[in-house]
Amino acid sequence: MTATQTATQTVEIKGNPARQGAERPAAAAPFVGRSMPRVEDAALLTGGARYADDLPVKPGTLHAAILRSPHAHAELLGIDTAAALAVPGVAAVVTGADAKRHASAFLVGIRAPMEHWCLAIDRVRHVGEPVAVVLADSRYLAEDALDRIEVRYRPLPPVTSIAQALEEGSEPLHPAVGSNLVNSRSFRYGDPEAAFAGAARTVSVEVEYPRNSCTPMECFVVLADYDAAEDAYEVLSNFSGPFAVHPVMARALNVPGSRLRLKTPPHSGGSFGNKQAVFPYVVLVGLCARVAGRPVKWVEDRLEHLMAATSATARRMRIDAAVEPDGRVLALRMEQTEDCGAYLRAPEPASLYRNHGNLTGAYDIPNLALTNRIVVTNKTPTGLNRGFGGGQLYYGLERLMNRVAAELGLDPLDVIRRNLVAADAMPYRTASGGTLDSGDYRATLEQAVREGALDALKARRDALRAEGRLYGIGYAAVVEPSISNMGYITTVLTAEERRKAGPKNGAQATASVAVDPTGGVSVTVASAPQGQGHRTVLAQVVADVFGLRFEDIRVNTDLDTGKDAWSIASGNYSSRFAGAVAGAAQVAATRLRGRMAALVAGQLNCRAEDVRFAGGRVFADANPDNGLSFSRVAAAGHWSPGTLPDGQEAALRETAFWTPEPLKAPTDADHINSSACYGFIFDFCGVEIDRTTGALRIDRYVTMHDAGRLLNPLLVEGQILGGFAHAVGTALYEEYAYGDDGRFLSGTFADYLVPTACEVPVPVILHRESPSPVTPLGAKGVGEGNCMSTPVCLANAVADALSGLSVDEPPSLPITPAKLAALIHPPEPPRPAPAAGTNEIAREIPPPAAVKGGRGMSGEGSREVPATPDQVWAILLDPKELAALLPGCEALDLVGPNAYRAEVVVGIGPVRGRYTAEVALSDLDPPKALTLTGSGTSALGSGSGTGHVTLERTAEGTRVTYRYSASVGGKVAAVGGRMLDSASRLLIGQFFEKLVARAGGPGASDAQPARPPSLLARLLRLLGLTR
Amino acid sequence: MPPLTSPQTPPVLAGETRHAVSIVLNGKPRTGHAHPRLLLSDFLRHELGAHGTRVGCEHGVCGACTVRIDGVAARACLTLAVQADGRRIDTVEGLAEANQGRMTALQEAFRRHHALQCGFCTAGILMSLTDYLGRNPKPTEEELRDMLSGHLCRCTGYAGIVRAVMEITGQTVEEVAHV
Repeated sequence: MTATQTATQTVEIKGNPARQGAERPAAAAPFVGRSMPRVEDAALLTGGARYADDLPVKPGTLHAAILRSPHAHAELLGIDTAAALAVPGVAAVVTGADAKRHASAFLVGIRAPMEHWCLAIDRVRHVGEPVAVVLADSRYLAEDALDRIEVRYRPLPPVTSIAQALEEGSEPLHPAVGSNLVNSRSFRYGDPEAAFAGAARTVSVEVEYPRNSCTPMECFVVLADYDAAEDAYEVLSNFSGPFAVHPVMARALNVPGSRLRLKTPPHSGGSFGNKQAVFPYVVLVGLCARVAGRPVKWVEDRLEHLMAATSATARRMRIDAAVEPDGRVLALRMEQTEDCGAYLRAPEPASLYRNHGNLTGAYDIPNLALTNRIVVTNKTPTGLNRGFGGGQLYYGLERLMNRVAAELGLDPLDVIRRNLVAADAMPYRTASGGTLDSGDYRATLEQAVREGALDALKARRDALRAEGRLYGIGYAAVVEPSISNMGYITTVLTAEERRKAGPKNGAQATASVAVDPTGGVSVTVASAPQGQGHRTVLAQVVADVFGLRFEDIRVNTDLDTGKDAWSIASGNYSSRFAGAVAGAAQVAATRLRGRMAALVAGQLNCRAEDVRFAGGRVFADANPDNGLSFSRVAAAGHWSPGTLPDGQEAALRETAFWTPEPLKAPTDADHINSSACYGFIFDFCGVEIDRTTGALRIDRYVTMHDAGRLLNPLLVEGQILGGFAHAVGTALYEEYAYGDDGRFLSGTFADYLVPTACEVPVPVILHRESPSPVTPLGAKGVGEGNCMSTPVCLANAVADALSGLSVDEPPSLPITPAKLAALIHPPEPPRPAPAAGTNEIAREIPPPAAVKGGRGMSGEGSREVPATPDQVWAILLDPKELAALLPGCEALDLVGPNAYRAEVVVGIGPVRGRYTAEVALSDLDPPKALTLTGSGTSALGSGSGTGHVTLERTAEGTRVTYRYSASVGGKVAAVGGRMLDSASRLLIGQFFEKLVARAGGPGASDAQPARPPSLLARLLRLLGLTR
Repeated sequence: MPPLTSPQTPPVLAGETRHAVSIVLNGKPRTGHAHPRLLLSDFLRHELGAHGTRVGCEHGVCGACTVRIDGVAARACLTLAVQADGRRIDTVEGLAEANQGRMTALQEAFRRHHALQCGFCTAGILMSLTDYLGRNPKPTEEELRDMLSGHLCRCTGYAGIVRAVMEITGQTVEEVAHV
């Protein structure tokens, strides 16, 4: 930024600069600030792009398939790999024992004795945790062999919610820690106690934020090779950074960083933070290559990704606000409890601390008391995810501001206005130490109200409400942090602990600019782009510096830690590209230009500072006609270094390391400026809820951004549209759902609902530009903001729409039609009691224990069997007969009195698996009643169930009445959940069909006539749909 | 789409054997070998080296792997390679090839309207659209969005895709619905 710009200078943008699409390249005007078409697109559109899975592999490369835990929490008692190793094409099976031999546990970001390994050692802590890896000639063969590995587990009580993790008696995931509350810190800024004591009233809100994830379309890929002679690993992976995780990986592989050469592919199929979480697999696949002595490739499949890759944190938040009658907030008291899943995986607990400097959002709230707690649960470990901690924070904060308005009877927009940081306070230091760098929040808000036509929206709401429709308007104001301070995570440590560990701060960005012997310019950066268009923007920036054409600049974004300039802050996260990386490229190019100017000044008879670069030429400002071509000047250092002015180095390559000046380590009082820049977003929206179905429709969405200087408006718009779409998913559709026993329930894109083109409306996007005084180009990040503002803006609109129904809080995210319908409609009356005359015994059977969690099943029914109770009893108690009755039973061995081990093959939807099941008969009351229990495990998951069976003599034979409850975990539950109920009815139907047949008659309870039942009737009966 | 099964009973293929599979890939005859269980997506990518077709979920929901089989858009991840024997398969690599080496109007419009970011879903969307627009050359926005709902894109929010298609079909997108 130039010296004449000030922190409060803002530029109102009229119209939408991106609306017209990409510009045609033209040489005259600067490229920065224009909607240049992307240089990336030609390869992506024609199929020529090279993603990680497209790159060639060395001959002899093995393919990995990973065996994963079906249990949320269990001791790992033993693994038998012999049968898997015998499968043709299998080269090796790698287990936790190999990890212990050749690797180490990952470093953990807090001081607590908890270990996380790339393979489970003696305990599994979430469904999907890697337990063993098969390495084979093809992925198909490797997956075949997974079924042959036998693992013995002893299930432990699972911890599946924040509330449960906080309970005294909850089973500790990490026994050495002793508690599932693994960290707690309290902070105090200003004088919150006095503010609460003196305030007119206190307004409180309590919210929970669910688990979800941005699920990039490309899953994880790792190609690893181990060089025994050098004791060095070479890995290619679509890892996105932060490269602060590189030392974590190297250490886990027991090598110095220089012996873990990590490369990234030319193209990556999206990340949104998620591809940070490939890092444990970099270590795992590296370990595999070492064990096998051959290169190993692993490509994650979608089930693996959804089940076990990563997740945003779930957060429980309570905020109290000390408020004045006019809505002014004097102080906040916050309690945040973060669910980081089974392990605190680097860089966690960053989700909780990323926003530490901007906990008070866009508001001037000088007093803050805060307690941050971190719990572990038997769920997938968490990690980077677009919005990273911001969606969670602002969900609480902006619900609170909305509640302040509701409780004080004020307009929510007025409460926001009253509390916004004033323009003349910029740069504004927040209570917790952040420095809001630039912006005029109030003017920005008013611009949005005006250009977004809020008045018309209010009139529309009033008109629709007058028709009796449920319509609401919501608001949200947030600051969007970008360019994370590498030191913010250490705020989780005490000042004393930080002193011992040494200070951490800054955010090193790197860029190299070089000229080649033909005068071409190339740029290399360590920004690991995942589709944003970094190459395009860097070409714009560098072309401007050298006065060249856009197409003259070649940008290379592949990263090779063995050769390229990088640092721990490198990578693609915290919206750091526009501010930090594009800035570093400008710094490097400007330095190189300065060196070229110094070399050529003598020839041009002018001072170095008077040398100009424009139109592909280099000339003296005073005498533009007397110039040289750029390529000639640039190439001179290669071809004729002997003619350089004395004592001067050739200007061939410049590498800049740039770190934002304001990013310091946390102070002893725990003040931390957690990010270099803070953009401002103000959103409002109108939603309508269908009174009958609860379906929600986003009627209008206006999103106003001040992201500093816009380097390429088309790409900025793309970031906003993409972030908005993710936020719509978070708010309305997506959740990583688990059963109460920790089973994972959303293992396909038919279960984890990603919004499609029918669900994502096009928002109105408005801009204002307040250049950041911190970054070289004045740009701030823009990629994550809507993931922070939009979920709560929609929730506030829902609250407004439901305001007539006296609902205090809108439903928790995702706000599904079912949840809304439950609020709109009174509860349904209980099911009527069975009519008199129905089976007495059926009522005597105890109802099955409530099946917890969404993939539990229960059911009941009865059948008439043409045999006496004694005959039926004899069939049930005879192992041979029982084997014939159990669907899919291939072998049944007696292992004790009325206890059997069964080999059962069951298919549910797309998944078919061989289970070894323990079956037992108990509560025997011959010939009246018995209980059948079974549990089984396989590579596909685990299942267990209980059935109560009673026999009653009737005129025609015996009425067999049953009630059952069952639960299924692992892969079957994750991908086949939608089919489980009908499948279980089908299986039970088969059981009774066979029993009827065994007992010697075709008749079912309806006393079928002799003619064969119609196909429809048979199908219905199989599905248990007839009585 | 026409049924993939031939009118006559398909031959019984030995599971442990790789069978020759011959297709016409983007107008050129290609032959590779496949076990009966090999997916068409894996066959294209790893047997024939045609990497333009992407794999995003392998359960038929995301649409990234969509190719045209005898002209009709189909999921390559839900098709076995041996089913494609003797068929014409068109993939994203063939679009520009069939257009004298230049990107098609649809591809160009995708670029102008920033209808792609990471590009991983793009090949499948282009193949679906190429088939769809041939049958419905001027879809309404609602029809278009309905068709696009067979594809998942995590980067763009679909706005640029819709805008690109509306432009090449000679239509405009209303800037803002409703108000």
